[in-house]
Amino acid sequence: MSTPETQEAQETTGHGDISVGVAGAGASGDGSASATRITPGNALRPEDIALEVRTGLAKPTEDVAEYALRLGDDALILAQRLGHWISRAPELEEDVALGNIALDQLGHARSFLSYAGGAWDKSEDDLAYFRREHEFRSAHLFEQPNGDFAVTIARQFVVSYYQFELYRRLTESTDATLAAIAAKAVKEVDYHRDHSAQWVLRLAGGTDESRQRMIHGLKLIWPYVGELFETDELVTRLAEAGAAVEPSSLRADFDRLTGEVLKEAELEVPEVPFAPGGGRRGRHSEHLGYILAEMQVLAREHPGASW
Amino acid sequence: MSPHGNPEVPASSATEINREAPKASPAAAPAETTGNAWGLWEVFVRSSRGLSHVHAGSLHAPDAAMALRNARDLYTRRNEGVSIWVVPADAIASSDPDAKGSFFESPQGKDYRHATYYTKSEGVKHL
Repeated sequence: MSTPETQEAQETTGHGDISVGVAGAGASGDGSASATRITPGNALRPEDIALEVRTGLAKPTEDVAEYALRLGDDALILAQRLGHWISRAPELEEDVALGNIALDQLGHARSFLSYAGGAWDKSEDDLAYFRREHEFRSAHLFEQPNGDFAVTIARQFVVSYYQFELYRRLTESTDATLAAIAAKAVKEVDYHRDHSAQWVLRLAGGTDESRQRMIHGLKLIWPYVGELFETDELVTRLAEAGAAVEPSSLRADFDRLTGEVLKEAELEVPEVPFAPGGGRRGRHSEHLGYILAEMQVLAREHPGASW
Repeated sequence: MSPHGNPEVPASSATEINREAPKASPAAAPAETTGNAWGLWEVFVRSSRGLSHVHAGSLHAPDAAMALRNARDLYTRRNEGVSIWVVPADAIASSDPDAKGSFFESPQGKDYRHATYYTKSEGVKHL
């Protein structure tokens, strides 16, 4: 500072490059300040589960694999159904919302199927693309047609409240992989609950038309609620071992929480008889075959193809 | 050493301010639906705690609660944010793009308005 040389040097850096100073300060913060910054974040991925299965770190018992197959098939078929809304939803924003939910479900399906495949030396793709209709274990609710937007919302309403109660309890499974998949899924499904509840409220409280459609949608979907809470030997066995959740144990919370939303929307719980079900034993409605045909055709036409 | 402060440390990293976006209620929605069309909302996303909300884009929604959810689905699906604001687009007053000269050009050349214009006085500590 005291010598002229330093003074000059100071002036060059001090005055000469104001633009650099200002721009530089901005640039140093920009990397993290951008609203569109993209970071994948850390979470359990289907690939991680596939790797654990491949390296033998995780291997499901036959029973657990059968159980994972049920949960995976539920999510897979629903994802396929919801994916159909892309480019067809009432608004672009809703298009993306349903697409996001479909992708969440697809992620759950991939995790469950990757894990289940460990018992039979099969990959998630083997299970998704190369099983036949009677080998699928999804409940009938998930294959119900999209119908109009209100029917889809009614289906989402039932599915999300059911899955939330299921995954919430499954986080305490004695099977570490099932617990980990559930822990990731439960947060996503919690948002699906919010999404469907918001729409139930809005459609019910909107116009006469939207209210009628919401009532109609719930009436169409409600017969398939019963199957979700049916129990059988497999789940009873697994529930006793602490690996699975007894479906009937979810019923009270499901009824209470869906009841609260319906009450707020001034809607009745539909009084309809339950459909016979049978999805867990591979007995499906006429809808599943068409879903599978569309979902599987490419993989079957070009086995091993990748893109 | 640059006299312009430490470029390694973003200026905004000094303090963590936790101002969560207000939970908008469906009742208070100035941008209510007009006719059949949903209102336009502007979206501001904060990428991490301590940073400010940055304009990310806009969307359509029937009310504030749905606008927040649509914003979550449209603008944070690649893990971009920890907080969202949505504002009815017609609540924002903006400067006239044609008035660029009189509005924004005056500060140009006035480099004495920047701290870097001034040299440090001798003997002053903690600058």
